[in-house]
Amino acid sequence: METRTETVDRSAPAAERDVVIRFENVSKRFGSKVVLDGLNLEVFRGETLVIMGPSGTGKSVTLRHVIGLMKPDSGRVTVEGHDMGKIRPKELAELRRNMGYLFQDAALINWLNVRDNVALPLRENTDMEEDEILQRVEAKLDLVHLPDILDKMPSELSGGMRKRVGLARALITEPKLILYDEPNAGLDPEISASINALIRDIQKQLEITSVVITHLLSCVRTVANRVVLLEKGKVVLEGKKDEFLASKHPRLLQFLGDSDD
Amino acid sequence: MLKSFLTTCRQFGVQLELLFEAVVRLPSAWKRRAMVADQLYVGGVQVVHVVLLVGLFAGMILALQSGLYLAQLGQQDQIGTLVALSMAREMGPFITGIILAATAGSALAAELGTMSVSDELAALEVLSVDRVDFLVLPRLVALAIACPLLTVLCDLIGVAGGGLVASAQLSVELELYFKTAVEALQDPGLLIPLPKDVYAGLLKSFVFGILIAVISCSAGMHARGGALGVGQATRQAVRDSIIAIIVSNYFLTWLLYQA
Repeated sequence: METRTETVDRSAPAAERDVVIRFENVSKRFGSKVVLDGLNLEVFRGETLVIMGPSGTGKSVTLRHVIGLMKPDSGRVTVEGHDMGKIRPKELAELRRNMGYLFQDAALINWLNVRDNVALPLRENTDMEEDEILQRVEAKLDLVHLPDILDKMPSELSGGMRKRVGLARALITEPKLILYDEPNAGLDPEISASINALIRDIQKQLEITSVVITHLLSCVRTVANRVVLLEKGKVVLEGKKDEFLASKHPRLLQFLGDSDD
Repeated sequence: MLKSFLTTCRQFGVQLELLFEAVVRLPSAWKRRAMVADQLYVGGVQVVHVVLLVGLFAGMILALQSGLYLAQLGQQDQIGTLVALSMAREMGPFITGIILAATAGSALAAELGTMSVSDELAALEVLSVDRVDFLVLPRLVALAIACPLLTVLCDLIGVAGGGLVASAQLSVELELYFKTAVEALQDPGLLIPLPKDVYAGLLKSFVFGILIAVISCSAGMHARGGALGVGQATRQAVRDSIIAIIVSNYFLTWLLYQA
């Protein structure tokens, strides 16, 4: 049973607010395993929504529906008004140019150096001059605090550096929406904190809409405007960051345990 | 059994679709010339020594086996004819195809398989990068070029190896051996200004190169489930490529020599 709590923030009716992403009763299964089970979710323009939840509860699958890597078995996912279940390939490619996606392991192309990885979307999809592309690559690498690594190969980078390069690549097309799939996964607390700060700074500088998947409270504290707790493919708790963190919802307390992170 | 058959049919359909998608994108091959050159180096230049070694010994074995029998009939001066025809028509393209399937094909499937399981293919899709154009086309063009070129090398070294054996072990004069070898390859082609046996072999190897590229790319791009999935994709790529080489070889031989 879906048990959204009273902490849901709806200071304006959803129809009046600028909804960028909407999940309407979305279900997805892999074989006999139900991953999303009638998920309802909205993401509003300019906010940073953090999705928390136990492993295997459908967080990454939710993001993959947003970017069009998966289609729902039933229900509807709309992004900027486009129905992702029915969108045509050309429209999807166009829509994706306004979206950035940071994969768990950054997913850098292993045989391209940092310069070519970050420049890839511009070289493949635009007629931009090479000088202009390189200027933009350097600007994005500065933004993620990684100057002077243009010629390095992905295998020469640490986990944190790979994430930053992945983020620079996600930002290179100057997207209006960015999706982070566990940006802290596999990082030590110090690097993890720096990635959180980076996400927050990028959000402030570029004023883009962000969806972040994480297990970490530190990430929630640093980047979130609003948080949802997902379990068994449904939202069980949703609210503004402060309300969410103060919630005594038993499932949240159980999920967080006595960990401060 | 039925499930296995249906899976095979589905894979064949996926491979055909991939081939079609790559052929449609052929005009952009020039734009990808740097990547084609890279793939030519990896899939062609790096296996030259293997092709030369195997081709040399294949020619030597052919000469020895046929020579011992022909000597009984007093016909050992025909060894050159037999080795040249065998290498040009069948052995050269076949050996090269098998070597490329085992080296370039497996490497290609493992590379794309690793990209698949580490989300790099998904990243390309998210970045709106055309994966067929970016990944498959350069590899297909490279193998379609490399396979015939390596076949020429294999043919030449095989005939040379046969000559060594004919001369050293079967007392055939080298000059006579090479004269009969060259004469055997004089049958003119209908449309192409090359001896038929030469261009038939090159046509076969061209087809083998395309088959290896498409089958290996398809296997790699559909790999799932981590290292195990990459291993399975690699095994499938080599197995299916070898089967495709043998089956297509029969039909090409029939088409070129009997139809």
